[in-house]
Amino acid sequence: MSSRRQAAARLGVLALVTALTLAAADYPDVLPGAEVHLPADAGAHPLFRTEWWYVTGWLATGSGEPLGFQVTFFRTRPDGDAANPSAFAARQVLIAHAAVSDPKRQRLWHDQRILRAGFGLAAAATARTDVHLKDWSLAEQGEVFTTEVRAEGFGFALTLRPSVPPLRNGAGGYSQKGPAAASASLYYSLPQLAVTGTLERGGHAEKVTGSAWLDHEWSSAYLDAAAVGWDWVGLNLEGGAALMAFRIRDAEGTPRWAGGTLRAADGAVRILWPAELRFTPGRRWRSPRTQVEYPVEWQLQAGDLMLELKPLMDDQESDSRLTTGAVYWEGAVEARSAGQRLGRGYLELTGYGERLRLR
Amino acid sequence: MTSTGAVRVALTVFAAQLRDRPLRLAVAVGAIALGVALAAGVYLVNESALIEFGRATRQLTGAADLVIRGGRAGFDEALFARLAARPEVEVASPVVELDVSLAAGGTLTVLGVDPLVAGALQPALYGELVGRFVPLLAPQAIALSARAAESLGVSAGDRLAVQLGARQRTLAVIAVLPESAYGRRLGVMDVGSAQWTLGALGRLQRIDLRLRAGVDVARFRASLQLPAGVDALTPQVSEARGANLTRAYRVNLDMLALVALLTGAFLVFATQALAVMRRRQQLALLRALGATRAELRLAVLIEGAAVGALGGLLGAALGVAIAQFTLAALGGDLGAGFFDGERIAVAADLSTLAAFVALGIAVSVAGAWNPARDAARIAPAQALKAGDAEAAPSVRRRLPLAVGAALGGIALALGPPLRGLPLFGYASIALLLFAAVRLVPLFAAAVLARLVARRPVPALALAQLNGTVAQSAVSLAAIVVSFSLMVAMAIMVHSFRDSFDRWLGEVLPADLHFRVTPPSDTAFVSPAQALALEQLDGVARVELWRVTQLSLAPEQPPVALIARPLAASSVPLPLIARATAPNPGLPLVFASEAMRDLYAYRPGQVVELPIAGRPQRFFVAGIWRDYARSGGALAIERSVFEALVHEARYTEGSVWLAPRADGATLRERIRALLAGGETLQVIAAGELKGRALAAFDRAFAITYALEAIAVAIGLLGVGLAFAMQALARRAEFGMLRHLGLRRREVLAMLAGEGAILGALGALYGLLVGVVLSLVLVFVVNRQSFHWSLDYVLPAGPLALVAVALIAAAALTAGLTGRVVTSGSAVRAVREDW
Repeated sequence: MSSRRQAAARLGVLALVTALTLAAADYPDVLPGAEVHLPADAGAHPLFRTEWWYVTGWLATGSGEPLGFQVTFFRTRPDGDAANPSAFAARQVLIAHAAVSDPKRQRLWHDQRILRAGFGLAAAATARTDVHLKDWSLAEQGEVFTTEVRAEGFGFALTLRPSVPPLRNGAGGYSQKGPAAASASLYYSLPQLAVTGTLERGGHAEKVTGSAWLDHEWSSAYLDAAAVGWDWVGLNLEGGAALMAFRIRDAEGTPRWAGGTLRAADGAVRILWPAELRFTPGRRWRSPRTQVEYPVEWQLQAGDLMLELKPLMDDQESDSRLTTGAVYWEGAVEARSAGQRLGRGYLELTGYGERLRLR
Repeated sequence: MTSTGAVRVALTVFAAQLRDRPLRLAVAVGAIALGVALAAGVYLVNESALIEFGRATRQLTGAADLVIRGGRAGFDEALFARLAARPEVEVASPVVELDVSLAAGGTLTVLGVDPLVAGALQPALYGELVGRFVPLLAPQAIALSARAAESLGVSAGDRLAVQLGARQRTLAVIAVLPESAYGRRLGVMDVGSAQWTLGALGRLQRIDLRLRAGVDVARFRASLQLPAGVDALTPQVSEARGANLTRAYRVNLDMLALVALLTGAFLVFATQALAVMRRRQQLALLRALGATRAELRLAVLIEGAAVGALGGLLGAALGVAIAQFTLAALGGDLGAGFFDGERIAVAADLSTLAAFVALGIAVSVAGAWNPARDAARIAPAQALKAGDAEAAPSVRRRLPLAVGAALGGIALALGPPLRGLPLFGYASIALLLFAAVRLVPLFAAAVLARLVARRPVPALALAQLNGTVAQSAVSLAAIVVSFSLMVAMAIMVHSFRDSFDRWLGEVLPADLHFRVTPPSDTAFVSPAQALALEQLDGVARVELWRVTQLSLAPEQPPVALIARPLAASSVPLPLIARATAPNPGLPLVFASEAMRDLYAYRPGQVVELPIAGRPQRFFVAGIWRDYARSGGALAIERSVFEALVHEARYTEGSVWLAPRADGATLRERIRALLAGGETLQVIAAGELKGRALAAFDRAFAITYALEAIAVAIGLLGVGLAFAMQALARRAEFGMLRHLGLRRREVLAMLAGEGAILGALGALYGLLVGVVLSLVLVFVVNRQSFHWSLDYVLPAGPLALVAVALIAAAALTAGLTGRVVTSGSAVRAVREDW
């Protein structure tokens, strides 16, 4: 049974590798010179293979209890029969993940959904940020964004208010993910979102406030064949500054590529190149469920900024094998420098168990 | 004190028996074993099939709270949009379910599911697909169950050609599901590609719903407002529906197995009764030595129980073996074609097997009951005298009970079906048989007293039988039970076959017939093809039918809806009743007999049929006989149906040839024209009839086998009885030889006795069998399968079987006599018998 499952997993990986490396002709490429144009690009880009809206942030209850939260909407365009007129034809598949990191209870609340677009059950609008899977949603509502999640044992309804302009990552939004120029995404972030709303855990609802980060990224060829995963961090720094940094690793764990964007409190943006970023893993934590080991503490050098990353709690592992197919670590972290808090944000570690599969 | 005394007596008697007559005991044990084995075998096959059926149903339903079903035609997918949007619904899983014709012949059930949501409801079935749904979304991708891959001889990476109307399409087998996922033959596709690839756009057959925690399923169900013909079933109802499909068939087999067991009980009765008679002096001696009546009686019963326990144990083991063999060779429905190629493991637990051992003991003790009573009645002083003649059967005592049982049997035969089963009918047969057996001694005494023989050898035989009516009656009873049941079954099957044969002739009047076979949802003949067919040179007339299914009651199997020309048709409907009431201007429907029984359709009634998602009113213009579909069939005018569904396609047709047209060439041209590959059968009427009758015989093969075993057990009893009598009469034979009779004449006398007994048994058995067959034909068959038969007495075959029985009895008697009268054999056999 287990060997069969392994074989099945290998088969799945193979299919995806093939799909990703062949990058079928009808999936548009992201090439140098491509740019993000807002607000036109806030909606979905259904022709691209993969797209996501990723909200991460820190919350505090009325009593000051700190919590992490994340809600993500993925869109993927499967390699189906374009001529199929069936209303059930899987032209677009939507996936949503939601999690709340609860250090007081040492518990990670998480849930996931997957649906094909259609029948009004799931959709990602092209004109503006508006994506939903049944009653899970993320939408632009005038000045603000609202997100709502009704999950197993927990849920939240939050309003996210931008306080700074959007931040285009890379050159005008063209974010290179590997040595080859075609391995890239279009990518912008909305850091420093002021959060208000209600959070419900185990049937108990309370008001929360906090600060969050929204990423919107789309691509047809994200990882190249040699890459197995990435380390990513998005930090809301003190005083309104923001840092996004990532690196792509190969099977040996050596960096294949890295990139980042640093915006100072005064609004000055600096693009960080691979040579300017150094990720040094620190303490490791082994998941008791999957036996996968993650470096949950880091030393991060970004330009002249030296940061220590400490997790809100160790167990922030997400098992989404039923939806995106991946097992990864996605958690709230605090950024310190010389023992002083410099900011808060989220750290994402993928490809530590098996190669990350992007659908 | 009495019981330990009885055990001691029993041990003494039993040990003596075992030492002196091991073969006799072995035969009794063997008879019980055979009966139990058959009963256990049939039961285990049925039970295992049902368990597997239930498991498969549960696996298909999974964690769903409600299953929305729309029969074969399905329903508009708009219903999915409506239900999935309801706030009470947590998961709504759309399913396309089609029997797809394969280009290479045969069909495959294909489920078109949404792997993104189905895994939440049916993890066992789709778990493997959920984590890697991407390959399944590829165009024409299909995953096969292990069973399907094996039976089709394909593996992942292969192609599979399917027939859609006159076109063929190729599916890509992307994966084979593990054996543990699903036991039946099945293909899984993505719902969207199934709709598109298999020509089922816009329609679904099923929606599986899981409701949010706390939602009242019953209230939600009541609020659904489903279209006509669509039902919301709870998983329990879905399972019952599967069991209902085969229930009558299963119960009939159970009953046949019980008949075999009953015959076995009779054999125990016969051996025990004869043993008691033979051991009169031995038993009398025990009485004289101080054993009480009660002890003696208990001793004989214990002996019966021991025989039963041994036979039961052997039988249970044999039953498991039979079930294993049958399931492997014939499948869970014993070849009747209800289940689709499932591999079923025997479900035999210890308590079930213990129950069968207990059944063997009970049956054997019941068989020993009368002999035990007789043993207790022996008067020692009289019995110990040499040459004690046994008591004549007290005929008068037997009459009232027999008559009462017979009257009860007749009354029960008039009873209605119980929970859809002819249980009163079976009880009636049991009572009638009991009455018949009670009357055997009376009959034997009456007939034997009237027989006169002039020549010395037959006269001797007759005199001997007349002198031992009680013993003869026991042998006779064994013959009567098995032979009468065989006669009854033979009459029933013959009537059925005869009616079926004539019916086939009526419904197949054309020269050639074509049809999509096996029935599928994807293969059909288009109107353009039909037109071309009519214009073929040599074709005089064509009549086209469309057969689909309707679901009228959630717990019943679907009903066949036959849309065909009615008013201007050359294929008559074999009507048995017509409406006399005036038609209020509605379209007509003709209902098969099963519709009358299962849905209470009556001629002259107005009924609503769910066609095209709406209830349509029809006038029941008549009832017709249909041997093809025991679940019910409805015939309506094709033009009416086509106007309702806005679609013209055909699944069956009849072709009349022009004079002097060559059937064989035309058949090939029609085949080429319709381009249906292996799925479309074009066949001459005669051949079709032959195949139908062959299928009929196959379905009844198991019945014949069970019957033959019952008769064999009966004949075994006859042989046994003769052997014992012959041994008991060694002195008599010696005397006869002394008086000048040659050995050949002694043997002839014995054979004559056998023949007379056989003839009596055959005559009486025939009489009883005819009575029982009336119950079988008019009650059991009618209530099980919902169709009426014309009663036909197969005089020739019955006479032949009767003669065979008489010959077998004579031969058995002669053969045992031969063994006994051969001088050297006497001593050798004495050790044994």
